Amino acid sequence: MNSRIPPTPLPSLSIQSAQSLRARIRRRHVAERRFRFYGFAAMFLTLAVLVLVFVSILSKAYTAFQENVLSLTISLDSASIDSTKGSTTGQRNPLTAEYRKLIQTALAGLFPAVTDRHERHLLFSLISEGAPYALRALVTRQQAKIGGDRTVDVLLSDEADQFLKGHITAHVYETERKIKDLQVTWLKELQARGLIHSRFNITLFTAGDSREPELAGILGAVTGSFYLVIVTLSLSFPVGVASAVYLEEFAPRNRITDLIEVNINNLAAVPSVVFGLLGLAIFLNGLRLPRSAPLVGGFVLSLLILPTIIIAARAALKAVPLSIREAALGIGASKMQSILHHVLPLAMPGIMTGTILGLAHALGESAPLLMIGMVAFVVDTPVTLLDPATVLPVQIYLWADSPERAFLERTAAAIVVLLGFLIAMNTIAVMVRIKFERRW
Amino acid sequence: MHVLTLLAVLFCISLLGFRISQGRALLLSRTTGLHSLPYHHGQFASLASLLPGLAVILLWSLLEAPLALWLALDHLPVPPNLADGEVRLLTAEISNMAAGYGGRQDTALLAAAWHYRELRETSFTVAATVAVSVSLGGLVFAWRRVTPSYKARNSVERVLKIFMILCSALAVLTTAGIILSLLFESFRFFVHVPFTAFLFGLEWSPQKALHAEQIGAVFGAVPLFTGTLLIASIAMLVATPLGLLTAIYTAEYAAPHIRTVAKPLLEILAGIPTVVYGFFAALMVAPALRDTGAMFGISISSESALAAGVVMGIMIIPFVSSLADDIMSAVPQSLREGSLGLGATQSETIRRVVLPAALPGIIGGILLAASRAIGETMIVVMAAGLSAHLTANPFAAVTTVTVQIVTLLVGDQEFDSPKTLAAFALGLVLFVVTLALNVIALKVVRKYREQYE
Repeated sequence: MNSRIPPTPLPSLSIQSAQSLRARIRRRHVAERRFRFYGFAAMFLTLAVLVLVFVSILSKAYTAFQENVLSLTISLDSASIDSTKGSTTGQRNPLTAEYRKLIQTALAGLFPAVTDRHERHLLFSLISEGAPYALRALVTRQQAKIGGDRTVDVLLSDEADQFLKGHITAHVYETERKIKDLQVTWLKELQARGLIHSRFNITLFTAGDSREPELAGILGAVTGSFYLVIVTLSLSFPVGVASAVYLEEFAPRNRITDLIEVNINNLAAVPSVVFGLLGLAIFLNGLRLPRSAPLVGGFVLSLLILPTIIIAARAALKAVPLSIREAALGIGASKMQSILHHVLPLAMPGIMTGTILGLAHALGESAPLLMIGMVAFVVDTPVTLLDPATVLPVQIYLWADSPERAFLERTAAAIVVLLGFLIAMNTIAVMVRIKFERRW
Repeated sequence: MHVLTLLAVLFCISLLGFRISQGRALLLSRTTGLHSLPYHHGQFASLASLLPGLAVILLWSLLEAPLALWLALDHLPVPPNLADGEVRLLTAEISNMAAGYGGRQDTALLAAAWHYRELRETSFTVAATVAVSVSLGGLVFAWRRVTPSYKARNSVERVLKIFMILCSALAVLTTAGIILSLLFESFRFFVHVPFTAFLFGLEWSPQKALHAEQIGAVFGAVPLFTGTLLIASIAMLVATPLGLLTAIYTAEYAAPHIRTVAKPLLEILAGIPTVVYGFFAALMVAPALRDTGAMFGISISSESALAAGVVMGIMIIPFVSSLADDIMSAVPQSLREGSLGLGATQSETIRRVVLPAALPGIIGGILLAASRAIGETMIVVMAAGLSAHLTANPFAAVTTVTVQIVTLLVGDQEFDSPKTLAAFALGLVLFVVTLALNVIALKVVRKYREQYE
């Protein structure tokens, strides 16, 4: 490109220089193709990483939706269930029966050879800590089951479950894994006898957090997230729309409104963890609001997504043509009426889209919530807005930190649920945009 | 739940006000012309009855607890010259006892607690009565204003406008709240630790801060700054070339149908929650890197800066690419046509005409992405280390400013220790740095945009 073009007419070009010119053009075309390939490769690589993230999480997650249970034949005869222990009236009281004993007796009956104390302990630890409570609930619910032997599905412990799913292999040294050789042989025998089968892991969706992976679920976290999103929506939407309307329609152009504008733009880029510090300093230490409460989390997240909503709402208001305002004013509406009755409804699809995207952001946010104590270990599902709660992203963070192998797949499953919610919200936002958006 | 009932009562009164004022205005409108529509009168009545009542409740809820405590303390035979902390302890004890949580068997204290409880109950009754009567007063006031000449609409609109102004001020208040709380707590931190020792100290080990004489020496934040810079640089090394080349492809080469598919897909990367990236980095990328390193005989820590940086880079690719794409699309077509007309190939046009023209905007986008990388929390909390090392080795474990903020504050309930206050000092540094980056970036982008408009 930089070389000078020879001033002589073309026919007088020597063959040599014509060849070098052609070679140059070929080189430039190769460079062109190379550059274009780089661009394509970059885009392809980025999208491939996106697919990799999704595939790797899904591949970890899918086993979490199944759990392994052992079909045990337990003698639920009246003698052992109708325990009158602890009951003053002598009535049958299925709540006080020793279900752990019942399960252990039934399991020991399958392996009569196991008599050693230590070995029996190993055998019993194949069963989940929660199995006796599940059995108790079953018996109390269906009193008709009492009497005689019943076959009941008993949940296995997380380690046994992980082994059966193939996440723990028997190839590593026995000391390196939690599940011992004896347990492996027992599990294999049980499998050979056809007593073990897998079922849908309903616990994952109906339980709160637990120290035992096989009993842990996301219901508490999902409820907390739901509360948080409701609080965030009911605060940030009215405030965001009101300030957008003021700034776009009423505000005089002066230093103060300029300041507000610059402020909002910069606030949108403040790291989220700083909002957590704000919440800690003002809501917890200043106003003495309770830690871990969805209400406080909602306050913090509202402030966090407010700039997003204001910016989106202003863009939507700006897109409504001036003629609408003028027509309303022309037939005698006040300025407020022209905006509330005409401009705002027309801008609503854009505002809604921005709000839903902001809420999706809030739903996935976790860093500021760590600061205001939403990392507490919460077993119960929150009922009011002031109960201690955790949210789905924080639950993911907590589970990802847990040493138990079985939490890994549950973390991935929780991520799948979170991504499902986010995808749903984004789809709704896109649908709102497509269905209601008007081009002027 | 008394307060909720009170609020419900107020809303009922307000609704009632709307109905009767509107009804009266409707009756009136049959005979004469009104300035405002009947429903404006209704709205005016509901506002006039609701707002004063709400104001009373707000005032009460702010003042009642401290006032009652103060009166209860007065009730005690307090020994003179009580230290500030002792008073606080005493008040906490009284309010706990009043709430029914045991406490010392001290008759004077118990009496004070009873007194406190009674005071609070009485104060609520008083507040409720005042709120309801003020609200009813507002209702009557509005009802009497239902006249043909009263400008109810203007009044309602004025209230609405004031509400809007307050809402817009909230953004400024948030910034002010951030700056003030960070400055205030940082100031308290710098009482314990000299400013220079914090900013230039080379050792960061806050868990050692047990004795007063050690405090100055263990809060040196330089290892955190270098750690943050290391991870952010790795992220930018990943994100800048990939994002820029992607933007070049989507803006200049891609057919429209590829572009419409690829751009939203890229945006998905920005929409994935950071905790998911953290999981990906800590449990998939880091072990893979460690194993790969072991194959080549390189020791890569399982909390290496590399894993966190690479994943963070993936996260910010869309920030770079979408802004660069916008900026390049805004370069006037005539520039491209001029270059192509002179015989340049498309890649030569992009490299020598489009990119230089778009450069300021692209730099702005990269700065914005860098500020994201510095402020990003969850990825580093999950994938980077906790202990501070002063190193530039990407295979080693480093810690960052945001990781330390989180670890210093999670679980620690005590608010006055230098450990928790240090988090605010770090937050202040983080805020100032990201704010500076943003201001510069927005300036650069805006200046560029004006160039072609």
